[in-house]
Amino acid sequence: MKGLPPVLITAIVLVAGSVLCAVQFPNIASTRVVGNLLTDNAFRGIVAIGMTFVIISGGIDLSVGSVIGFTTIFVAMAIERWGVPPLLAFVAVLALSAAFGAAMGATIHVFDLPPFIVTLAGMFLARGASFLLSTESVPITAPVYSTVSDFALRVPGGGRLTAVAMIMLAIVIGGALLLRLTRFGANVYALGGSRTTASLMGVAVGKMTVKIYMLSSLLAGIAGIVFSFYTSAGYSLSAVGVELDSIAAVVIGGTLLTGGQGSVIGTFLGVLIQGLIQTYINFDGTLSSWWTKIATGVLLFVFIVLQQGLVALARRPVAGRAGAAT
Amino acid sequence: METSSDSVACLLEVRGISKSFGAVRALQEVDFTLRAGEIHALLGENGAGKSTLIKVITGVFARDAGNVRLGGDDVAPRSAKAVLQAGIATVYQEVNLLPNLSVAQNLFLDRQPMRFGVVREGEMRRRARALLADFGLDIDVAAPLGHYSVAIQHVTAIARAVDLSARVLILDEPTASLDRHEVDILFGIMRQLAKRGIGIVFVSHFLDQVYEISDRITVLRNGRLVGERDTASLARIELIRMMLGRELVETTSARAATREHQPRDVCASFENFGKSGYVAPFNLELHHGEVVGLAGLLGSGRTETARLVFGAERADGGQARVEGVPVRLHSPRDGVRHGFGYCPEERKTEGIVAELSVRENIVLALQAKRGLHRPLARREQNEIARRYVRMLDIRPPDPERPVGLLSGGNQQKVLLARWLATSPRLLVLDEPTRGIDVGAHSEIIRLIRELCDDGLALLVISSELDEIVTYSDRVVVLRDRTHVEELAGEAIDVTNILAAIAADGASHEVHA
Repeated sequence: MKGLPPVLITAIVLVAGSVLCAVQFPNIASTRVVGNLLTDNAFRGIVAIGMTFVIISGGIDLSVGSVIGFTTIFVAMAIERWGVPPLLAFVAVLALSAAFGAAMGATIHVFDLPPFIVTLAGMFLARGASFLLSTESVPITAPVYSTVSDFALRVPGGGRLTAVAMIMLAIVIGGALLLRLTRFGANVYALGGSRTTASLMGVAVGKMTVKIYMLSSLLAGIAGIVFSFYTSAGYSLSAVGVELDSIAAVVIGGTLLTGGQGSVIGTFLGVLIQGLIQTYINFDGTLSSWWTKIATGVLLFVFIVLQQGLVALARRPVAGRAGAAT
Repeated sequence: METSSDSVACLLEVRGISKSFGAVRALQEVDFTLRAGEIHALLGENGAGKSTLIKVITGVFARDAGNVRLGGDDVAPRSAKAVLQAGIATVYQEVNLLPNLSVAQNLFLDRQPMRFGVVREGEMRRRARALLADFGLDIDVAAPLGHYSVAIQHVTAIARAVDLSARVLILDEPTASLDRHEVDILFGIMRQLAKRGIGIVFVSHFLDQVYEISDRITVLRNGRLVGERDTASLARIELIRMMLGRELVETTSARAATREHQPRDVCASFENFGKSGYVAPFNLELHHGEVVGLAGLLGSGRTETARLVFGAERADGGQARVEGVPVRLHSPRDGVRHGFGYCPEERKTEGIVAELSVRENIVLALQAKRGLHRPLARREQNEIARRYVRMLDIRPPDPERPVGLLSGGNQQKVLLARWLATSPRLLVLDEPTRGIDVGAHSEIIRLIRELCDDGLALLVISSELDEIVTYSDRVVVLRDRTHVEELAGEAIDVTNILAAIAADGASHEVHA
């Protein structure tokens, strides 16, 4: 293999960025800041992992932000207004979101529709449904919330590894293993290579599509629960635009937007890069938080151009040796 | 299980297959038998039904009638997957594997060795190496397939197909993009597989290769079975006659007989014109008021010659002259500027714009020639459209009708009108009569003659030899992307053309 794998480039960007930040603000290089970065970006990380599967398979899922919003308000309403035990509320909302994703996947496959359109419809649907539940922010006061929020592993240097950060890390690791080691993962790449070819080679394309979007929505549901832990409230307008942040993180992480190539670890690094930019802006104090978006935009441009170059490189066949034995 | 003599006698048996697409009958009661351990060539010109037959056998298309039996058992294919499981595997010309996955994953996709729900990557790679070693391939199986040459991708595809316990292997134009050395490797593999009792269907238009590798030959024409022969006892000229068909009456050139040969001015000439790997350099002179026919089998370089002449493909050597003046011919724009016109074979995809009206289609080339800053007035457009609708008898005579709603013959006329409106000096027609009904057929031929009498130079490609013989003043015969013979006057007849196509030649080096 020639050239740098895209993930390495992402890692180099992250390390270089961290060094730059640490030089300017020595305080950034502390376990406390790193712990906060993981906690603050836990829900983004989780949802971006799902997006990674979808994008590698050649699709896109625009509905995840709305699913997060729906989940937070559903959980808040269930616990606070309808008196449902929190655990049951979680199970119910995860079942709902998984079913929602499965329905989108089935629609995409059965009617042979572009995922963009189907998930765009899903985005409006889920957001609209959350407004049906409540238009206000509903605070959650259940004891389990304060327990989970307070739970954290203390790390030397004053850092705290919170429960939500641990959930995110577990999902990153689980996602990476699922993509790398299982037949499901190989089929995700196969779908991204070419749906027709994959189906000719015996991959059950329909089932795979349903499962992939189900996974994405399920992870969006988990991200929603994590988000509700993080804010201790449910609000139908939460996580607006998170789907676009996720797509950006996935692409910065070296996943091809056209599918077929990418990695979960890369996406995780992409999320961290976005978080680092945000942290830098917080430390600086004078910059508007919109600079996060600008920096992300610039990074996205750089990475997309880079990917084009890499794709062109990959298309150039290397001479192979054939037929010594015949 | 059948007794061994039975299964040798007939492995795959296809009986009375018919398939229609709308009104088009792509296959009519075609039979095909494949024995175990034989290499069976399936031949036919464009539109003969080869690919339709393959797709019916492999379950990609549902068949309208007939049955397919594999080893004595009925195959009732509902899906491509079911047929694959039954033991019929196909490797298409465009490799149907996934370039983004590793070679090993491609070989074992959806059937990887597993342990505890996890793919055993090491085991999978070991098996992949062992499998490919059988095919004489020693490559890094962990690298993405797309990193390797087409030949290696082909061998990988065959290895996968065979490993899926294939009893029948269908190779659709497997050698089209391989060089001679790679073809030898592939043939070695094919012979080896045949020895193991696998039946191989070999689709190709390289006749030399067919004679080299195949045991038997089945020929299709216009969706019908022409015949099944042993390769060893089938003379090449006989084979070509089967492929090109017609009750080859000995027609000679109607034009050559009726017109005395007066010297005409050279319209365009091409000297040592060619492109490596595309068409071997050729010399060609086109005169005003003359029809030059290009004859040859599918893939012999006819269309390629036409595209070079028009400038649609850029020649890498030689000199083009228009009215004796050397010119540059690097793009279709150059061609149009010099007064060339080109009606491609693929009317639907390269020619007409189906959504636009007859009028808009007709003025398209003229407008392009004038440039966007000099728009044709609507009145002018109407007049041009009306003139050609009348002149070429385009029906229905409504210039505002979308071209997509016209019949094939009338679409062809619109395409002709488009170029005639630019008042060209040279018109290149690629299969002008393909896919149009008999009535329109003779009309197009009449038009070709008339245009020629008006002083236009015409270069016409056709698979219909009778047709070429009828209207051509000269016929250039191509074989394996080389101009091999030029016939003129009395020498133009079907027998001579067939002889030129069939002549044995050392002809492998060109199609690399």
